[in-house]
Amino acid sequence: MARYFTEEHEWIEIDGDVGTVGISEYAQSQLGDIVFVDVPDEGKEFAKGDEAAVVESVKAASDVYAPASGTVIEGNSALTDDPSLVNSDPEGDGWFFRISLSDSSELEELMDEDAYASFVKKL
Amino acid sequence: MNAINQSGWKPQMNAREGGAPMTSTGNKALMLEEALIFEIGSDETCGVDLPEVDAAASRLGDLARERPIGLPGLSEPEAVRHYTRLSRQNYAIDLGLFPLGSCTMKHNPRLNEKMARLPGFADVHPLAPVDSIQGALEVIHQLAHWLVTLTGMHSVAMSPKAGAHGELCGILAIKAALEACGESGRKVILVPESAHGTNPATAAFAGFTVEDIPATPEGRVDLAALTARLGPDVAGVMITNPNTCGLFERDMKAISDAVHEAGGFVYCDGANFNAIVGRVRPGDLGIDAMHINLHKTFSTPHGGGGPGSGPVVFSEALAPYAPLPFVEKHGDHFVLVEEETARQEQHGSSFGRMVAFHGQMGMFTRALTYILSHGADGLRQVAEDAVLNANYVLRRLEDVLDAPFGGSGPCMHEALFSDEGLAEGFTTLDVAKGLIDEGYHPMTMYFPLVVHGAMLVEPTETESKAALDQFIDALRSVAERAKAGDASLKSAPHFAPRARLDETLAARKPVLVWKEQPLAEAAE
Repeated sequence: MARYFTEEHEWIEIDGDVGTVGISEYAQSQLGDIVFVDVPDEGKEFAKGDEAAVVESVKAASDVYAPASGTVIEGNSALTDDPSLVNSDPEGDGWFFRISLSDSSELEELMDEDAYASFVKKL
Repeated sequence: MNAINQSGWKPQMNAREGGAPMTSTGNKALMLEEALIFEIGSDETCGVDLPEVDAAASRLGDLARERPIGLPGLSEPEAVRHYTRLSRQNYAIDLGLFPLGSCTMKHNPRLNEKMARLPGFADVHPLAPVDSIQGALEVIHQLAHWLVTLTGMHSVAMSPKAGAHGELCGILAIKAALEACGESGRKVILVPESAHGTNPATAAFAGFTVEDIPATPEGRVDLAALTARLGPDVAGVMITNPNTCGLFERDMKAISDAVHEAGGFVYCDGANFNAIVGRVRPGDLGIDAMHINLHKTFSTPHGGGGPGSGPVVFSEALAPYAPLPFVEKHGDHFVLVEEETARQEQHGSSFGRMVAFHGQMGMFTRALTYILSHGADGLRQVAEDAVLNANYVLRRLEDVLDAPFGGSGPCMHEALFSDEGLAEGFTTLDVAKGLIDEGYHPMTMYFPLVVHGAMLVEPTETESKAALDQFIDALRSVAERAKAGDASLKSAPHFAPRARLDETLAARKPVLVWKEQPLAEAAE
């Protein structure tokens, strides 16, 4: 399974033609304590770069963008009850939604783990 | 009764340092504790003696109430003390400097209050016959005249009731204008990163798609990026000028020209007009619509002190679409134009109404008092002193706090700092909490978003140099503690009625409604 990152600090993990999306460790550390997450409903369609979810911390509300185009299969309902999962495990249990990818060639434009690590280092 | 409550509840107190005793009431001398009104009130008590009602037959039938509804009953002195005690735990502009950036917490002159309390203004009714309220209408008309004059615009809609309400009014006028000329396909509003947060919310609420325009490294709108994005799908731009980085948008005229050239309209967020009033006329910069926060620039109270008021000035191109009502002067007589059909030729294209009646009369009276008591020279000095004070704060603090745009030249009416250089683990929040211990309301924090850990300080023109020096010394000392990693700052405030609150828990599990025994639940 391959994991890719965007410059807006989303990650997407690919399993066949399904991608699981969340925000990076760096993103959660910048946002601070997460108090609310709005994940998209099943069936919603996104083009790459569309606003897909909202994450609100004690500091600010931010949009989470779709790293690739596709249709939402599932939103992580656990985040509704416990948004702190995004802080404690952003790249695991704190995932936001799963989408069925419509064009996996879009992934080529994203960064792999190493490229993202050096991207963050420069910020 | 001077017991703090009847439930036996006492505030949690930490062990006193330095041998100070715990008090039995929880009060600390003049710092008085106060429970919720539901915890001190009783169903059995009533503040007034009502005469016994004769046993007349009730016609309520089954609807008659069978048990008390649980409203807290207190005697009049108990009720007065309750709210007075609560007010003493608050901070207010009448207590001290209120450095909230972007909010313009300036002094509210008492002359404004005196004028607003004149019965002819205070006691008017929105449905009173027009002939009986000529003086009130004249106030609205005069204020409208001065707002149009000061902004160099064509006309003004007085009724919007707050800044964001004014934004919506301006954007709806733009929408109406686009529809009227068959351009309703324009669906995009461009909003720079340095704009107020309400701008994108307004555009989205009015049905537009919002696109961000980046800021330049010096904190201004990236003109090249903005012009590159213009096109047949762009309805307009919303620009805050001076912007939230505390900088004047020098390219404003070029931006307006480019947007007009591309067939769009220019909305300006005028929340920061206090920095340029009397010096710059937005009409000369090509603005099509701008709201004016009477509760900022023109010193009417806000932030819990009173309602806002956000009149919107319009260019000639947008004026026909402005909302009703208008006050017009015919000879010596003032009339209220309330129907599109009343003056078809002028108001036939109006998009409708923003409010049921005519706006905030009390705020109109205060704002006009402010304008007339300052005069042209006084208003110019307002802008000058607001800018001078902010620059004084910026330059006296930039050696201890990072000023990301300090090199972009003088700031306007607010000074912006970042959390760069604070000790590991110390944040803007810790600086803000430390400032509470020093007796100040904290500055605006984590806004604007373009700066990491932003601290935005707006001293306003009403602070003296001595008051500024005292505030600067306080903020300097807190900043130095944050840079040195003073652990006591992490648990500040220590001297407020409540110590560091768990803001995350409050946001995640808010307790918004009082219930029986709320303390047991809160402690879970």
